[in-house]
Amino acid sequence: MTHRKPLCAVALLILGLAPLRAQDLVHHDANREIVLNGGGATFSYPVLSKWFAEYQQRSPSVKINYQPIGSGGAIRQILEHTLDFAASESWLSDEQLGKLGEPLLHIPAVLGAVVPAFNLPGIPELKFTGPLLADIYLGRVARWNDPAIGKLNPGVRLPDAPIALVHRADGSGTTFCLTDYLSKTSKDWETKVGRGVALSWPSGIGAKGNQGVTAYVQQTQYSLGYLELTYALQSGLTYGSVQNRAGRFVKASAQSASDAAAATTKTMPRDYRISITDAPGVKSYPIVSFSWLLLYGKNPPDKSLALRDFLHWMIADGQKSARALNYAPLPLNIVAMVRVSIEEIR
Amino acid sequence: MSKGGAVAGLTERAGDRLFRYGVLCAGLAVVGLAAALALELASGSRLAWSEFGPAFLWSSSWNPVSERFGALPFLYGTLVSSALALAIAGPLGVGSAIFLAELAPRRISDACCFFIEILAAVPSVVLGLMGIFILVPGVRAVSPFLIEHLGFLPFFRGTPYGVGMLTAGLILSIMILPYITSISREVLLSVPRPLKEAALALGATRWETVRLVSLPYARSGILGAVFLALGRALGETMAVTMVIGNSPRISASLFDPAYTMAAVLANELAEATSDLHLHALMAIAGTLFMLTLGMNALARWMILGTPTARRRP
Repeated sequence: MTHRKPLCAVALLILGLAPLRAQDLVHHDANREIVLNGGGATFSYPVLSKWFAEYQQRSPSVKINYQPIGSGGAIRQILEHTLDFAASESWLSDEQLGKLGEPLLHIPAVLGAVVPAFNLPGIPELKFTGPLLADIYLGRVARWNDPAIGKLNPGVRLPDAPIALVHRADGSGTTFCLTDYLSKTSKDWETKVGRGVALSWPSGIGAKGNQGVTAYVQQTQYSLGYLELTYALQSGLTYGSVQNRAGRFVKASAQSASDAAAATTKTMPRDYRISITDAPGVKSYPIVSFSWLLLYGKNPPDKSLALRDFLHWMIADGQKSARALNYAPLPLNIVAMVRVSIEEIR
Repeated sequence: MSKGGAVAGLTERAGDRLFRYGVLCAGLAVVGLAAALALELASGSRLAWSEFGPAFLWSSSWNPVSERFGALPFLYGTLVSSALALAIAGPLGVGSAIFLAELAPRRISDACCFFIEILAAVPSVVLGLMGIFILVPGVRAVSPFLIEHLGFLPFFRGTPYGVGMLTAGLILSIMILPYITSISREVLLSVPRPLKEAALALGATRWETVRLVSLPYARSGILGAVFLALGRALGETMAVTMVIGNSPRISASLFDPAYTMAAVLANELAEATSDLHLHALMAIAGTLFMLTLGMNALARWMILGTPTARRRP
């Protein structure tokens, strides 16, 4: 008998909530508001949030929620169908796509470039190669006056000091992009360390986030770290040029990153699941990657319309605001390819 | 009138019953939450335990690319950084509590305590920033001196990056100091006045009164404060991640970068795509859970074992 009262209370509580819920639904229906839920990369979060705000002004009926929970978490949620789209700097493997069992599109949104930033008083410019960066991160080149660095930079007075080396501690697309490049240019790196968003670093200390690496390099004399171009530009850190596949030393910029992507158009697969580090072309910066939006091939009709409309806007007008935030825009020939791919979304 | 009284009595009984069930539910919810957490940690980490077995706890490789995982460097980093923090904050906290409770005028004592409690309310990410911008350059500045004069000890060798175990221990000691000071002060203030007066009347000095009367009486409370602080230090994440250097290495030198269990969870959980990596991280979380549980059990046992606790039923 004594059990009946709490049960009644619970029932009342549920009944009390029910009308609220119904009202909510009616309200949504009346406005015909379409809600798209996304999540993923923190790297592209600044430009994505700017896009969503601008796009919402243009199309007020579409509401886009985005949570920067990291690419890994977003990929897991996409596989479990809890998101409408995800932003990621790494692509899904064939195995993961097989597990999903339905088409998933990788649409390039912007480009990211990774730069070697350093803090050497009085030295504004340094040249690096892939094998040299690999040797530094393998711990083989541990001092600034090592002949391996001197050979590439004749005339630069390099200090007799240990390299205070820093890498990302948190799993990150930036790390994947750099280590993918190092694996392509150094056999030792590929066999001993490999590529990944998080890995076992042979040397150096780990800092959290692009901001953590930036703060460490800024504060520490004789330090070297890698970070996204946007962060290096914002914080005014000096960063070196890197030798590309054509043998030229190229400094990272929005332009040289776009050039790298443009140079890979001929070999670009239709699903865009490709690494574009170490790209051909004399003007290409070698440590570049796409930041993708991952979308299902089949969506509810109202959502698919909204998604296509947003994507068309993103690769046209959106690219301009990307440039304003120091992100490298997609080159025109890739934009032309993507325009066709967007129509595959149903 | 009498009818009204009967109705009031009835509602009161119903209210009583509602209250009883309400608090019962609240109590069960706490136990249920802890149990659900343990279950979730166990089921989320089963792949790692079945792949590596108990060797997970004493294996020291952590390689997400080749998928070899072991928790030892993280266990080591967590325990050593917390021990370091206790070694710094323990004497400092108890010492300042004795000053505030026994020697300082009450008004000054209360004012100081207010500021100490404010220190406890500083968000850890703010302390972490302070660590990056003040402690790290500070440690970098004093470490050459330490290496030169104390370099014969294994603890003061290597390259001073500024970030590392020592800096993490320092930031943790700042975070746990307010807990030790403010609880110890309260406990010392609760020592019955007649006891202290009796000691003074027998000719004991201030120091002897503190040592022979106040500290033994307050021992269980101070121990409790220290263990509460240790619990905070073991689980602290943000501030430590920002200054410890995040490298899973085991090194005797306090200048070398290290890694803690909480820090690796914060760093790698969001980007862990492979199942085994995810399960290994959950296994680390489970290990941390068990470690804090063990510490709490130890604290209970030690506090119950003190004479004052036995005196007071």
